[in-house]
Amino acid sequence: MNTVIFRTVAPYLAALMVLFSVFVLLRGHNEPGGGFIGGLIAASAIAIYGIAAGVDEVRKALVFHPIAVAGLGVFLAAIAGFMSLFVEAPFLKGLWLFLELSDGSELALSTPMLFDIGVYLVVVGAISSIALALEEDEETR
Amino acid sequence: MSDLPNHHALLLIALAPFVAALFAPWVNRFAKGISGWILATVPAAIFLVLTTFIGDIAEGQTKSFAISWVDGRYFHFPINLSFFVDGLSLLFALLISGIGTFIVTYSGGYLNGHRHQGRFFSFILMFMGSMLGLVLADNIITLFVFWELTSITSFLLIGFNHNKEASRRAAIQALVVTGGGGLLLLFGLLMIFAVSGHSELSTLLTDQNVLRDSPFYLMILLLVLGGAFTKSAQVPFHFWLPNAMEAPTPVSAYLHSATMVKAGVYLLARMSPVLNGTDQWNLILPIFGGITLMTGAIMALRQTDMKQMLAYTTLGSLGMLVMLLGLSEKVAILAAMLFLVAHSFYKGGLFMVVGAIDHESGTRDLTEVSGLRYKLPFTFIGAALAAISMAGFPVSLGYFAKEEIYLLFGPENIWSMVLVLVALVGNGLMMAAGLAIAIKPFFGEKLETPKSPHEAPLSMIWGPIILGVLGFAAGFYISDVGEIFFAPAATAVYAKLVETHLKLHFDPLLLGLSVGTWIVGGLAFYKLDAIRSFLRRVANVWRWGPDQGFDQFMFGLIRFADAVTRFFHHGRLEFYLILVFVCLAGALFAPLVMQDALPNLPAFPNLRFYEWAILAIAVIGLIAVILAKTRLVAIVSLGIQGFAVAIIFLLFGAPDLGFTQLMVETLSVVILALVMTRLHLDQRDSRVLEEAVRDGAIAIVCGFGFVALLLAVLSVELDTSLSEFFIETSVPIAHGRNIVNVILVDYRALDTLGEISVVMTAGIAILALIGIRVGGIKRGIGAAKKRAPKPRTPKKTIARSKGARA
Repeated sequence: MNTVIFRTVAPYLAALMVLFSVFVLLRGHNEPGGGFIGGLIAASAIAIYGIAAGVDEVRKALVFHPIAVAGLGVFLAAIAGFMSLFVEAPFLKGLWLFLELSDGSELALSTPMLFDIGVYLVVVGAISSIALALEEDEETR
Repeated sequence: MSDLPNHHALLLIALAPFVAALFAPWVNRFAKGISGWILATVPAAIFLVLTTFIGDIAEGQTKSFAISWVDGRYFHFPINLSFFVDGLSLLFALLISGIGTFIVTYSGGYLNGHRHQGRFFSFILMFMGSMLGLVLADNIITLFVFWELTSITSFLLIGFNHNKEASRRAAIQALVVTGGGGLLLLFGLLMIFAVSGHSELSTLLTDQNVLRDSPFYLMILLLVLGGAFTKSAQVPFHFWLPNAMEAPTPVSAYLHSATMVKAGVYLLARMSPVLNGTDQWNLILPIFGGITLMTGAIMALRQTDMKQMLAYTTLGSLGMLVMLLGLSEKVAILAAMLFLVAHSFYKGGLFMVVGAIDHESGTRDLTEVSGLRYKLPFTFIGAALAAISMAGFPVSLGYFAKEEIYLLFGPENIWSMVLVLVALVGNGLMMAAGLAIAIKPFFGEKLETPKSPHEAPLSMIWGPIILGVLGFAAGFYISDVGEIFFAPAATAVYAKLVETHLKLHFDPLLLGLSVGTWIVGGLAFYKLDAIRSFLRRVANVWRWGPDQGFDQFMFGLIRFADAVTRFFHHGRLEFYLILVFVCLAGALFAPLVMQDALPNLPAFPNLRFYEWAILAIAVIGLIAVILAKTRLVAIVSLGIQGFAVAIIFLLFGAPDLGFTQLMVETLSVVILALVMTRLHLDQRDSRVLEEAVRDGAIAIVCGFGFVALLLAVLSVELDTSLSEFFIETSVPIAHGRNIVNVILVDYRALDTLGEISVVMTAGIAILALIGIRVGGIKRGIGAAKKRAPKPRTPKKTIARSKGARA
């Protein structure tokens, strides 16, 4: 498995996959995609990078422990829910902000988007922390 | 409720102690020795606020405050944070805050320099708030919450010396007994609501016969009594109270004589207007109360530890109160109110005196202290005042309480005559215990004690002295005090106007009964040593009691839990899996068979060639799994089958689902492969033929079960109203065209929030388990749970497909 080709390609592949996962996450509200799928793609990217370059390398690149990322995800999703407090709406009500950009197009910011980012982070964090922990033990053995 | 003016003071009264509890450790850190005096301003202020209510309450008004939480319009059970004050609540609240003031300063002296004094102040203030909330509560859920809070804070206080095993045991015992009673009470309160439709006590109490006329009356009564009897330590639930004397003395004085144990009495008094007067009430309460009274009074004489003596006399007094309330008569209720206050004064005082003796001389054993009257003169005064009131000498409050009880004595009613005689003997024996504590340590030869005794600090002796003086002042002004405090309280319990007309008078019959009490008490005091050694000989023979029963019960409970765990949690992974899948097969087939809903085979579909191809790939993957020589090959082959399914999803118009399925399959294969390398299993499947057949059969049955279920689902017409709603509204109100995603992050966001929390928690748990295995445990439970990632991912797929179909 650990061939030169794989080791050489893996970082680029992982970077592309992470980029793609963000794309999938953000298009999710209107096209197939979303936080859950995006998170799974990013988690596989991290797993691939881990197999190719070693777990230490991945942990260094991630800076934070992946389970902390998952925690941040739940936190963001909860924050998205509590936003509705400010307009005296029920918990988790979707709030939208449409910004007119200078070129005439429209940018939609919303609490469901923040919520979906939270889902993404939870999935990335939880799955990759399991995968990394499993890979790590295999290396030390 | 809302049309009445809100008295915000009530909310403040219940919350102020909790706020003070928050700051108590800091106050203690900076003020050290005087922190008790500073913190005592909180209960003192509460007391002063409460005194402003006295005039209005005595005129028969009530005061209330409510914040609505769960509105009755949306949920048929209205839950409010609501309080109200009537005569009964006010009497209790004044006792709690008044005695609480002395207790807080007393704790300042008693635990001076203790490492955790700040924590202690915190606990005791929290308890005070809980107790005030309890007696002021209007909504029955508010009542229950504060009721449970008193149990919890009492647990913390009894277990304050947590490095002593006896303390820990006593704390757990008190929590189990009173907490168990609390559960009964909760059922009782919910039943009350279900039967009467009243969630507020203040309206329930005006609807007098609603519970008595109900067929559920007896059940409600027994449930409420379950709460009250455990809290107020009635036999056979009394054993936790003497054990709770492990707590520091301020706790014993406050919780276990003056306030918390009276919560049960409060509850009975509170519920009297709607529950009392029936045959059941008039039978159960006096019997349990009478037995408790005699048990407490007799057991008190067996002890030499003065705190234990007081604990048992407290038991006796609680029995007396329950017995009096059980008579449902005007005189008895008034007597109960008088006795309640008199008892709080003298018993709280005596506990503080014993604590002072213990603190200054180093022992609280009756046989080890003697001749302290010159060394501790003020403590002695406090003890003497309390003992005189306890013995019921004129003109103390105790005297009037006793007289009022004996007024029940009349030849026309045998039942109350018997009870009065029980009360007389109980009073006499308790008086002997009180005299022993007030006389033995202070007179006679001076004995050597562990510490050389000197007078306790002011913070510890002003409480008993003022309480003792108050006991006499109340006696001197008994007619005024009766009208202001006792008449409104008794009116609230009796639910009809009670006028007191208390005054000092000499009725030959009453005087005779009083003299009888004094003779019994005097004799018992004179023969105390003989009685004690006799009771000890009895105790040596009669070893079993509810206290031992509690230990046996707890031991049995642990054994039972252990047996259940061993049975289900034996650590053999293959049997777990067999159990799970057999149950799954049962769950799939049983409803279909029982409702005769087994589907017919559908017509054979007309598929295109590429669809056939994908189906073929799935089947090939399946065969590869079965034929695979090694486990790793089997896992990868499972992936083939999964990808084929994903492509089927894509072809049939569920791109999101197909997408997810692809990713889940990829990650499952990766994670399963990683797990496999860590499980130290054989490369090959080592099952013998019989096992393979057994497992294969279970798998086939489960598979057909799912097919049958899906076909059954498809054979009924789908209700599409929900999906139509989503299709119609997802763009206009949720601004998204991908309905699956809109459902996940908007319509059903709360579900998703729950799910991602589970995902994160599962991640943490799995990390911990992997950590354990690295740490050493190589087989068994750790290995079994390692497969957790596998079940989790398919679960997510199911959740997804649910969303996609909708």
